[in-house]
Amino acid sequence: MINSLDPRIKREQINEDNTIAPLTEMDQFETYEVFHQKKRGDQHVHVGIVHAPNAEMALLFGKEQFGRRGLSVNIWVVKTSNVFASDYDDADIFETVPEKQYREAGGYKVMDKINKYKKENKA
Amino acid sequence: MYGNAYIDPNEKANAMIAGEDPIKLAEFEARIARGEKIEPKDWMPKEYRKQLIRMIEQHGHSEIIGALPEGTWITRAPGFKRKLALMAKVQDEVGHAQLLYSAAETLGKSREDMINDLITGKSKYSNVFNYPAYTWADACIIAWLIDAGAIINQVANAKGSYGPYCRALDRICTEESFHLKYGHDNVVTLATGTPTQRKMVQEALTRWWPPIMHFFGPSDKISSHTEILMRWKVKMASNDDMRQQFLNMYVPKIWDLGLVIPDANLKKNEETGKWDYTEPDWDEFKRVINGGGPCNAERLAVRRMAEEKGRWVRAALLRKDEKYVTPLA
Ligand SMILES: [Fe+2]
Ligand SMILES: [Fe+2]
Repeated sequence: MINSLDPRIKREQINEDNTIAPLTEMDQFETYEVFHQKKRGDQHVHVGIVHAPNAEMALLFGKEQFGRRGLSVNIWVVKTSNVFASDYDDADIFETVPEKQYREAGGYKVMDKINKYKKENKA
Repeated sequence: MYGNAYIDPNEKANAMIAGEDPIKLAEFEARIARGEKIEPKDWMPKEYRKQLIRMIEQHGHSEIIGALPEGTWITRAPGFKRKLALMAKVQDEVGHAQLLYSAAETLGKSREDMINDLITGKSKYSNVFNYPAYTWADACIIAWLIDAGAIINQVANAKGSYGPYCRALDRICTEESFHLKYGHDNVVTLATGTPTQRKMVQEALTRWWPPIMHFFGPSDKISSHTEILMRWKVKMASNDDMRQQFLNMYVPKIWDLGLVIPDANLKKNEETGKWDYTEPDWDEFKRVINGGGPCNAERLAVRRMAEEKGRWVRAALLRKDEKYVTPLA
């Protein structure tokens, strides 16, 4: 019998060799991906997973695991099996041309031209 | 031993990469050298996967088992505020285990298998949790100094190469800063309190010093095996380096409180800039880690009881159409 310092454990009268049947597949359920929103107006951000038997409990566990301190206004849970992801091996799909300045605001420098024009046209 | 890579001194370094595709291995190593993270579905050497699973899983078990000696004190913590704080800390530790188990799961080991390996004694956890928390002061020393050690280990590992483990550790480290402050506050309260309180905290420190010195594990043998794990950013610092870092940060803080560390040889060597100390008793460490400590049997028996008691609830909630897929990240 376990003679614990912890009165709660002592009361349980646990045997030292209390072998149990091993946990079987799905004992811990499937997983849900958790998305957390800190405040209204923010994007929901993926923060991790929880194991849960259903969406309601996934929300509960998600709140306990990822929303127990700091700001939180909302969480989403999505079954992992419902998420479709691209493959890291296909990362080259994100490579088009190396030079993408034409997509950036910084790729358009008008002040040089304006200043040059002003200088040349100063009476 | 908390979450540091374990190196089998008998394993040959070239056995670690035997049979691996040299081109893929070179790409993998180049990615790590560039400071990029490895993600779950990436190609990785078998030994990288194996070491990470072992390390992250043990780290997760340590969080769960570590909650037991501290949990003992929730109902008896002095005052409502400390009960609340300790409850929050213990909940954090259990949450850490969940985060770590999830990270290990992405490498292909199910949570069921990890729990089975814990409760049958196949997997290890941090040796410090095989010692009991006799008094409230023990719980305070744990919260301050054991968590301090854990932080040093976790901050180092958070710079490792495996993305899910790093993300879990970043989240964990944020919470650990509360544990550390809470623990320090409690120790300071006792150390600056009545003679009885001072005596109590001194006795707890004396009891916990040897396990604290054991915490980072024995000196690593410098081998080509270690070098590979360091190159792969699985092992981020040597056990001795982490122990030195701990001594550097916390011995002055302990001495500030006028507490006595039970090691007459402990002092900073001005020449080397490192701490000299009496070599910890590694035979005792081995004896305890192999089941001979005061609480090994209790810790595992309690875990088995908890699994067994919750089993019918989980069985009742399980729906037949459910299917497990490996978590994404
Ligand atoms: Fe923790
Ligand atoms: Fe902690």
